[in-house]
Amino acid sequence: MEISRNWRLQKQRYGLVGEVCPHCDGKIFPPRDVCPHCSGEAKTPYAFAGTGEVYSYTTVYDAPEGYEGNLPYTVALIKLDEGPMVTAQLTDVDNGAVTIGTPVEMVTRRLREDGNERGMLVYGYKFRPVLATN
Amino acid sequence: MRDVFINALGLTPAGEHWSTSLRELAYHAIEALHREAPDAHQPEALFVGNMLAGNLSRQAHLGALMADFAGLRGIEATTIEAAGASGGAALRQAYIAVASGAVNVALVVGVEKMTDKVGPGVTAATATATDSDWESAQGATPTALAALLMRRYMHTHGVALRDFAGFSVNAHANAKHNPNAMFRNAITAEAYVKAGMVADPVNMFDTAPDCDGAAALLISAYPSTIRVAASALATDTLAVHDRPDPLTFTAAQRSAQKAYELAGIGPQQIQVFELFDAFTVFSALSLEAAGFAERGEGWELAANGGIAIAGRVPIATFGGLKARGNPGGATGVYQVAEVALQLRGQAGATQVRGARYGMAQSIGGAGSTAVTHILERV
Repeated sequence: MEISRNWRLQKQRYGLVGEVCPHCDGKIFPPRDVCPHCSGEAKTPYAFAGTGEVYSYTTVYDAPEGYEGNLPYTVALIKLDEGPMVTAQLTDVDNGAVTIGTPVEMVTRRLREDGNERGMLVYGYKFRPVLATN
Repeated sequence: MRDVFINALGLTPAGEHWSTSLRELAYHAIEALHREAPDAHQPEALFVGNMLAGNLSRQAHLGALMADFAGLRGIEATTIEAAGASGGAALRQAYIAVASGAVNVALVVGVEKMTDKVGPGVTAATATATDSDWESAQGATPTALAALLMRRYMHTHGVALRDFAGFSVNAHANAKHNPNAMFRNAITAEAYVKAGMVADPVNMFDTAPDCDGAAALLISAYPSTIRVAASALATDTLAVHDRPDPLTFTAAQRSAQKAYELAGIGPQQIQVFELFDAFTVFSALSLEAAGFAERGEGWELAANGGIAIAGRVPIATFGGLKARGNPGGATGVYQVAEVALQLRGQAGATQVRGARYGMAQSIGGAGSTAVTHILERV
């Protein structure tokens, strides 16, 4: 994947930075500059808390190039607490302890690797079940 | 707008054509069309439906390539791309050209050469139809997105994996009689439930096989027995996660509704429906979107025989994507051609009796684009 493109997405990949609409207060992720709720211009950055719950999930056994090393891996739709839904991998779920409604939190993990040992390592957000608090 | 008719069609077998190139595949469909209608009018414009040639075959610019290779050098020719809906979208553009009077005779060719790459390269290519920054960058694939919809559908509507088996069993049963189908073997509900997972709960007997194929349609303002009664295209968000209700195929709903209005009919008049069964959950959601079932009840038509040839709404009458095969940008043209064969009474063992209206609907991505065509026997 292209270097400039990964650089361009760093605030979202590492910080889950979306937008908040100044007109209707709708929270937007991924950023899209036009509010999907009221169609007003929305360019104010907003950092999401990184918590939400599983809307749906699937374990993938047939990967595209760059993701074969992770097989099998789990992709989910996460309903963030602020409202929007995001597509992301689940991690730390090897014990099968995930279901629809499981509370999850964002972590930073390696997403993919490009080509040989000289290729780029791409990091970004994944989600894991919320750790039990002591 | 003036009436538009389908004057001729040509199909090639869907499957793995290792010895046939992209351009040869497309030409084989045009040859088949000429065999059916040797005296057909010469096309003034060519619309090529293709999804992935730039990626899989490193070949873009198919309009000029195919026009030249088919002996039509010099005519207007362009490629139309809308992921899995490319073939339907190409027909839609050709329809607009003819209906408006800008073109009298148009040739539509859908073609896909999937086997120029294999394995993870093909999966990466088909994943370009998803949102690249926000879906496929996370390792999501078209199959994974269908699986996310299917699991949520099962959860919300209280449906089990076995309840979807009827879609695949029906498709294979019909494909047995179609010489152009990729899989002509029958399968059982037991085999469906036990099949290996691709992205759970989507398994090998749930998903349609990507394959090579080409199909052609000649349309014009010159009357034939098959009139294009409606043509409509609608879109939804590219990414599934951006939809307020992912379990509604809104684009499919909108394009079907528009098509019904244009044709002046409703779902009760549709006697054959070639829907986009890339995955069984797509079939359920498409039946609901087109008005054949209430929300959450589309799967029941598979379980109770409603989709069989003698049922309320026969689907996949030539095997559908599941068993005829899913040759990407060609699929939408196959679907329309198959409806035309039904209305002409040329469907053989899977003929739907006395059908006057038939509908074909192609879907790009996980419901992001939907093209609906209604054909009428006149």
